[in-house]
Amino acid sequence: MIYGISYTALFFFIVFVGLVLGLSFYFGSRTKSASSYYAAGGQIHWSINGVAFAGDYLSAASFLGICGMIAVSGFDGFLYAIGFLAGWMVALFLVAEPFKRLGKYTFSDALNSTFNSRLVTLTASISTLTVSIFYLIPQMVGAGDLVTPLLGLPHWVGVFLVGVIVIVIVATAGMTSTTYVQFLKGGLLIVLSTILTIYILKNGFTLNPDHKNQAHHEFLEILPEVKDGKVEKAEDWKVITQVEVQGKDFVSLEKDGVSRWFDLVQSDNHYVLKEVLSITEDENGVQLYNGEPKESGKFYQVGHLSKIIVNGKEVDKTGTVGPFEYLNIIKESTVVRFSNVQFRDNNRAVSLFYPSEVDGKDFLLPGLKYKIGKGASLWSKMDFVSLMLALFLGTAALPHILIRYYTVSSPRDARKSTILAIAAIGTFYIMTLFMGLGAATNGVMDVESSNMAAPLLARAFGVILFSVISAIAFATVLGTVAGLIVASSGAIAHDLLDGYFKKNLSDVNKVRAGKIAALAVGVFAIILGVAFKGMNVSFLVGWAFAIAASANLPAILFLLFWKKTTAKGISWSIVMGIVSSLVIILTSPTMWGRYGLDPLSAIHQLENPAIISFPLSVLTLFLISSLSKKKMLND
Amino acid sequence: MIHKPSISHKPDYASKKKAQLGIVFFFLYFLFYGGFVAIGVINYELLAIETFKGLNLATLYGIGLIVFAVLLGILYNFFCSRYEDKMEKEMEGKEVEL
Repeated sequence: MIYGISYTALFFFIVFVGLVLGLSFYFGSRTKSASSYYAAGGQIHWSINGVAFAGDYLSAASFLGICGMIAVSGFDGFLYAIGFLAGWMVALFLVAEPFKRLGKYTFSDALNSTFNSRLVTLTASISTLTVSIFYLIPQMVGAGDLVTPLLGLPHWVGVFLVGVIVIVIVATAGMTSTTYVQFLKGGLLIVLSTILTIYILKNGFTLNPDHKNQAHHEFLEILPEVKDGKVEKAEDWKVITQVEVQGKDFVSLEKDGVSRWFDLVQSDNHYVLKEVLSITEDENGVQLYNGEPKESGKFYQVGHLSKIIVNGKEVDKTGTVGPFEYLNIIKESTVVRFSNVQFRDNNRAVSLFYPSEVDGKDFLLPGLKYKIGKGASLWSKMDFVSLMLALFLGTAALPHILIRYYTVSSPRDARKSTILAIAAIGTFYIMTLFMGLGAATNGVMDVESSNMAAPLLARAFGVILFSVISAIAFATVLGTVAGLIVASSGAIAHDLLDGYFKKNLSDVNKVRAGKIAALAVGVFAIILGVAFKGMNVSFLVGWAFAIAASANLPAILFLLFWKKTTAKGISWSIVMGIVSSLVIILTSPTMWGRYGLDPLSAIHQLENPAIISFPLSVLTLFLISSLSKKKMLND
Repeated sequence: MIHKPSISHKPDYASKKKAQLGIVFFFLYFLFYGGFVAIGVINYELLAIETFKGLNLATLYGIGLIVFAVLLGILYNFFCSRYEDKMEKEMEGKEVEL
């Protein structure tokens, strides 16, 4: 899509980034000790910490990713919301308070509270780094996606901008500023999502979702003359080529020097050519969007209902609807969604996005992304269970969430913070259902990136709402990335340098090492953010959850609940969790596609590794602990 | 390298009871969550049946899981706070007797 710069958006963007940096510098001047840098001195009020928890958690994956995935894949996107929240139950009931009693700054401190093992320190810090980096990738991808429509800048500039600002934030102040940024952002995100949801319900549905700043595009339909399945004539268009891809026929036609792609569809014994969205790139790297340069603005926003049914009657539009009525109308109606095919034609890379109609009742059931009903295979069912397992078990093992338990003064406050976070996050997640469905039916989708569904929906309702929401979403990314970089820098400077390599750093040097580590992780995150452009951020976060669940959670739970747990058992289970989940991810169909290979030829069809890597890690911990002698700290 | 907690807090006399309650609540939620996953895998068609206010079971169950999490969390905090207050009072009484 082509986006122009919006000066209103730019104004809000500068205000928010300025506010975030101002907070950072203010708290930076008060950060003197390592305790203050890594754990905010343990003095944050539980209510502020609770909202900050929500802020930490409602990252790009939640706001951008879930809304985007619901808009594209219906209920399958909502599975992420369900799983993300369910994970808090593990955190609250099993981990929050005991963990608070164990540690000081980092995940490895907590694991090492009963052992004095360098191996535990090493493996736990590597695990923290691995999970944080996998969690950083989607945040950076989301940042790049946001900056494009917000400021009219390329994706890589957004990634670079976030990287630089966050490095400044983290290098300046650490956990205290991160907490207040997350508090501010978490609170504002919930308020603005509520406003957006009210707008969605107030507007209801229409077959032609025109908005002030964009007219809904009616896709062309041409009646061709077809012989033996080949298009011979197409009204006043010149037939250029016909290509069969994945069992479908696509035809390129030309008129007035502009070529467009069409989907050849057979209905009721006659053929129809239906216009699709296309991106072509020739061997010189020249890209055309629907046959014209990007700037021509012919690459349209999409997503609407092709049939609206209210109480059994077909209508063109509805007025304001209630939340239950909203969901029921979608269930009875027909949703138009877009699928993507890519192929080469005459030395051009061609990417087509073609519309297909889906019954609303299917859109509101799992199955469009994770096949568990019709057409399901054993792999697809395993993938669904694996995803739900990773989401459920991953939250409580995320290092940047775990370190937030240390920022309050007591286990009771840790618990109260967690409950406030669950209430805030739960409310938000229910709203994502409406925001995602709103984006799917209001003609605002950018087919190139599902991540922009919610901000683009806001833009349809007014530029100020869009500007504020986008600025907050950007702050969301800033805050989450800052939290992750604090966790990563803690793992490097505190665990590896101080703990494993026994450098015996002074308090001042420990903070300095943390800041240098933050810079290194930040630069690495920028590179990965550019490399993974175009992927749905929730999907990417699913991987981070799977690695956290496999590498960290068995270690945490065994340490808390099984007295025979040994340092060796913990260390090797972490290694097993990381290695097995990474191997499965790196050989998954999605990564196969990233390597330029056919995803169907991948050595397995599992996208999410938790169903294999979590049990493997648990088994490793049990067996090695059973076989090795326990060496306690006070032995 | 030995690290102590960042803030020294009062002894938590109710920790054992709270941990037991946590495990019970965890399994309660796990069963509810597992039920959703199991229906999806074993009897997918069931997710399409119409339920409360016309919502299909998938949507109702999904929203239900979110609401249940919040309610269970509030209930857990209520019981834990009660245990803590009760145990603290009991221990204060013992200290005075000593």
